[in-house]
Amino acid sequence: MSHAMRFPAFNRHGVLAIYRFEMARFRRTLWQSLATPVITTSLYFVVFGAAIGSRMIEVEGVPYGSFIVPGLIMLAMFTESLSNASFGIYLPRFTGTIYEVLSAPVSAFEMVLAYVGAAATKSILLGVVILATANVFVPVTISHPLWMIAFLVLTATTFCLFGFIIGIWANGFEQLQFIPMLVITPLTFLGGAFYSIDMLPPAWRTASLFNPVVYLISGFRWSFYGTADVAVGVSLAATLGFFLICLAAVVWIFQTGYRLKS
Amino acid sequence: MLGPNGAGKTTLINVVCGIVTPTAGTVQVDGHDILRNYRVTRSKIGLVPQELHTDMFETPWGTVSFSRGLFGRSPNPPHLERVLRDLSLWDKRHDKIMTLSGGMKRRVLIAKALAHEPEILFLDEPTAGVDVELRRDMWALVRGLRASGVTIVLTTHYIDEAEEMADRIGVISKGRLIVVEEKIALMKKLGKKQLTLHLQEPLREIPAALGDWRLELRNGGSELDYTFDAGASRAGIASLLRRMGELGIVYKDLNTSQSSLEDIFVSLVSERA
Repeated sequence: MSHAMRFPAFNRHGVLAIYRFEMARFRRTLWQSLATPVITTSLYFVVFGAAIGSRMIEVEGVPYGSFIVPGLIMLAMFTESLSNASFGIYLPRFTGTIYEVLSAPVSAFEMVLAYVGAAATKSILLGVVILATANVFVPVTISHPLWMIAFLVLTATTFCLFGFIIGIWANGFEQLQFIPMLVITPLTFLGGAFYSIDMLPPAWRTASLFNPVVYLISGFRWSFYGTADVAVGVSLAATLGFFLICLAAVVWIFQTGYRLKS
Repeated sequence: MLGPNGAGKTTLINVVCGIVTPTAGTVQVDGHDILRNYRVTRSKIGLVPQELHTDMFETPWGTVSFSRGLFGRSPNPPHLERVLRDLSLWDKRHDKIMTLSGGMKRRVLIAKALAHEPEILFLDEPTAGVDVELRRDMWALVRGLRASGVTIVLTTHYIDEAEEMADRIGVISKGRLIVVEEKIALMKKLGKKQLTLHLQEPLREIPAALGDWRLELRNGGSELDYTFDAGASRAGIASLLRRMGELGIVYKDLNTSQSSLEDIFVSLVSERA
């Protein structure tokens, strides 16, 4: 029994081991992980900000180039969170090295904390880098910095949880790409990343309210410019709701061993 | 643990280690339930899987450090150095695993399993598809680990390996453990001994006077086989030979043989088939 007494209630070393392993993978692929989204985002600024934006009026009192910054950060964060987190758990499933994590004295909570924590760290870093890049092209003001950080962290965590679910569900590399490409990218483009949904005809505006991404982008943009498509409380509630749905799915996965254990 | 392919050896190990969810029954490791007390049981166990699952871009040093942490132990570089040296991996500790040979990759997996100083080590077919020399090395390694006080559960379908290495043998067939026994006791209990007498003159049939012995005529009556249990205290050889002398049956040569573990294994498994 002495051994039982000695095993800590929280496997700190185990969580750190997974976290460090994931961050090491990030460092190895630093170029792809950071440079690609930064270049993509810069292209958006060149096209929408400089070329098209100069001919556009202000949106809700904000110059168009500045207006799209929060949306672009969100777009990059959604994509990168999903791909980082899904890849992080799919790769050991694919190579078979998952056996070690499953046979280790690591609880489901610790496993999610380590994998999702590492993926979220990368996403938040990326968000900050894109924000800095945006600042080079257009003036950016942040009216509510604490809320900005809160939305950033919550969104990164939520989409990393979502990515973790995809990584466990996927049975091939093409399935890893399926949801990000076919669901998230369209929802983001239609979710007000590049425009205010108030600019849409009333019917489309109503339809947009069924798009969960609208609430995420709207809340994040409010933390920058103080203007929003929907009330910020509603945005926050929607973001939290999405987070809880993903969390519930992950709990279910571990309770049933879905796609992890046979 | 002996068993034919598909008997359930790996499944059993995976249940104990937490990789497969059991559909029924309970498992205890050192008195602890594997589901309720999984942290305790898993921290006691090291697992070397059958397949060479490794992180190709990692180094041996990086991957054993990862394993130790994963199992909840604080860093201990001297221990990891000892493990890597014992497995002749020390010189390769900073090489990428993908550049190592198959035999070295397997040793990396063993090093990972030993990184957290387990009390029990599961080796799932460590010598499957391994060349003769490496197999000898593996046997020497397992003996060394056993001497250091680690309980080793080794699965194999090579019977000579079990005969060579095991203190106790479990035979698994179609998902059931048919027998678990000390190797020597198992061989004694289930093993057969055979005495073969090469006769001067062939016999047409076994004389009724020899009906008390389990005899069989072979080779056109020129050889007489007597089969008896290896564990029997009184085999009755002396009385058989005396009675044969009385009947005037002359033999020119005799030899005895003992059934191998292989014979025992085959008869056990086919009995259930």
